[in-house]
Amino acid sequence: MDLWQSVIEALQSLTANKMRSGLTILGIVIGVAAVIAMLAAGQGAQDTITGSISGIGTNLLFVFSGNMGETVRNVQPLTLGDAEAIADPFQAPSIVAVAPAIQGSVEVTYGGEQTSTSVVGVTPDYAAVRNYHMTEGEFISADQMLGNSSVVLLGVDVADKLFGRRDGLVGEVIRIEGQPFRVQGVLESKGGSSFGSQDNQVLVPLSTAQTRLVRRTVRDRVDLILAQVIGPDDISRASDEIAQILRTRHRTAIGADDFTIFSQQDFVSTAKTITGVLTIFLGGIAAISLLVGGIGIMNIMLVSVTERTREIGLRKALGARKRDIMIQFLTESSMLSMLGGLVGILLGWLIAQIVGQIAAANATPFTPVVGINDVLLATLFSTAVGLFFGIYPANRAANLEPVEALRYE
Amino acid sequence: MGEWVIDAENITKVYRMGEVLVNALAGVTVKIHPGEVVSIMGPSGSGKSTLMNILGCLDRPTSGEYILDGAVVSNLRDDQLALIRNRKVGFVFQSFNLLPRASAISNVELPLRYAGINKDRNEKARLALESVGLGDRIKHHPAELSGGQQQRVAIARALINDPAILMADEPTGNLDSKSGKEILELILKLNKERGTTVIIVTHDPLIAARTSRVIRLRDGLVEEA
Ligand SMILES: Nc1ncnc2c1ncn2[C@@H]1O[C@H](COP(=O)(O)OP(=O)(O)O)[C@@H](O)[C@H]1O
Ligand SMILES: [Mg+2]
Repeated sequence: MDLWQSVIEALQSLTANKMRSGLTILGIVIGVAAVIAMLAAGQGAQDTITGSISGIGTNLLFVFSGNMGETVRNVQPLTLGDAEAIADPFQAPSIVAVAPAIQGSVEVTYGGEQTSTSVVGVTPDYAAVRNYHMTEGEFISADQMLGNSSVVLLGVDVADKLFGRRDGLVGEVIRIEGQPFRVQGVLESKGGSSFGSQDNQVLVPLSTAQTRLVRRTVRDRVDLILAQVIGPDDISRASDEIAQILRTRHRTAIGADDFTIFSQQDFVSTAKTITGVLTIFLGGIAAISLLVGGIGIMNIMLVSVTERTREIGLRKALGARKRDIMIQFLTESSMLSMLGGLVGILLGWLIAQIVGQIAAANATPFTPVVGINDVLLATLFSTAVGLFFGIYPANRAANLEPVEALRYE
Repeated sequence: MGEWVIDAENITKVYRMGEVLVNALAGVTVKIHPGEVVSIMGPSGSGKSTLMNILGCLDRPTSGEYILDGAVVSNLRDDQLALIRNRKVGFVFQSFNLLPRASAISNVELPLRYAGINKDRNEKARLALESVGLGDRIKHHPAELSGGQQQRVAIARALINDPAILMADEPTGNLDSKSGKEILELILKLNKERGTTVIIVTHDPLIAARTSRVIRLRDGLVEEA
């Protein structure tokens, strides 16, 4: 039996029951489309997130308090003193600039407009370290730091919400948690994602934030220390220097650091892990519907075998061996699943595009990516589903006794 | 080639129906010369179909030895029996048993496909259809053919692999007397031309009268003449 003949025969027998074959294929279409769409959305989300992380610069180290790997007792917060020690060029020669920051959620109002946003208390170096630029006005100065000045820089989203415009805002007075702050500049838009958007925030001097906006139990406490490294090759050395300084200052036991140092690369790989798990999870749920589609194939093939018992008997009388009958029915079941797979890939791609459109319409632009790997995987997987769920019915057909089968009414 | 194309010695077939054992064949010996036309007669339930199935290698005897065309076939495995059926046996059934979705020529080709013959398959099938007088109906589907024509397609299919024996289980049972007679004449003609051994199971004494020998079965045994 040549393959081509088997395929033609399988198609003939499938088209003889168009409605039934169509519905069976639909089960696979839905399964494959779901898998493809989920994988595409997951990949798109991953690309968007890692892309926005990449935007923060390769030369940066982030220092937090706390240890993500192990439980450590008596965690001491990071302080301004820690930041100053890291800034010391003798102790940490690989580090160019240091920017401690403190962060909180606040209500900001102007006239009748109100919005909630995050406030970040920063030092003058923050601009250089984060590579922030101003569309108007000035960044926070050292004098303003020392004087606990009530000045604020607006992210463009906040400017839009409060004023409905992005320029001519210097000199206006807004209220943060009810306290008046003079606008002294507007930050250039970083664009892009809503993931920790840098446009929806306001910056104030660190000292002002500490004393008046973000109360912490420990005075001098900061939430985050950003350290700019000489160059990308010095990341690990810089990281060691910081760790050494903090271990000494916090008197931590060996192997029980109460702080965490993250590079951009660490963020990217963490984000990849998270979105990867998410993608597998979603894809796995989608795969269940593919499984259901496979059971549909098995069901329909069993019906078909019963209906065609006499035909099977006849074929055996004419010399068909077990494997000939097996091949005949397996060809049919895998045709069902393969057709379903192909249509499902198209549909899944379509769904992914629509999801992308919806995301874009909601100002969360991300591009679903239908990878060639996903397509291959879906094709292989759906064909395998057809084969697997076809085996039992085909085997049943192949093992029919010719005499019994011929007598079947 | 030996003296017998069919040499079945002391064949028994026992069916178990729950607790009850049914002796469908209780020790039948059948020997048939190459080229003979033999009919099998007997009342309903006497074991005719059971004997046909065993002689046609569709089924195995419970005991006894069966040599078909020089080869012992009583103890072959399923796939070996399939091969024997494909090469040495042609079947014609009472109810034609054509594949309804396949054209006449595709139906006739089927045994060639299971024989793994791809070369000239179409041509061979066309010639076979011509030899049963259906050269102008090769693309027709069974539904578009009369009963007699369908049985001709079945005969062409049975003979396509040039088998040693042709087994016909009441081949005219579903036909009117005129086409029944035509089918019988066709089978006899092909027997003359090609020397194929023919075994016909029939109730019809007129058909039996046209065969060279009649084997009468009763209660699973051969009635001595
Ligand atoms: N598969 C089977 N299971 C049980 N009994 C059977 C089976 N096939 C045939 N028989 C019995 O064997 C006997 C012979 O049957 P069969 O060969 O079909 O007779 P015939 O063809 O002469 O009418 C009958 O008594 C029938 O009931
Ligand atoms: Mg019978």
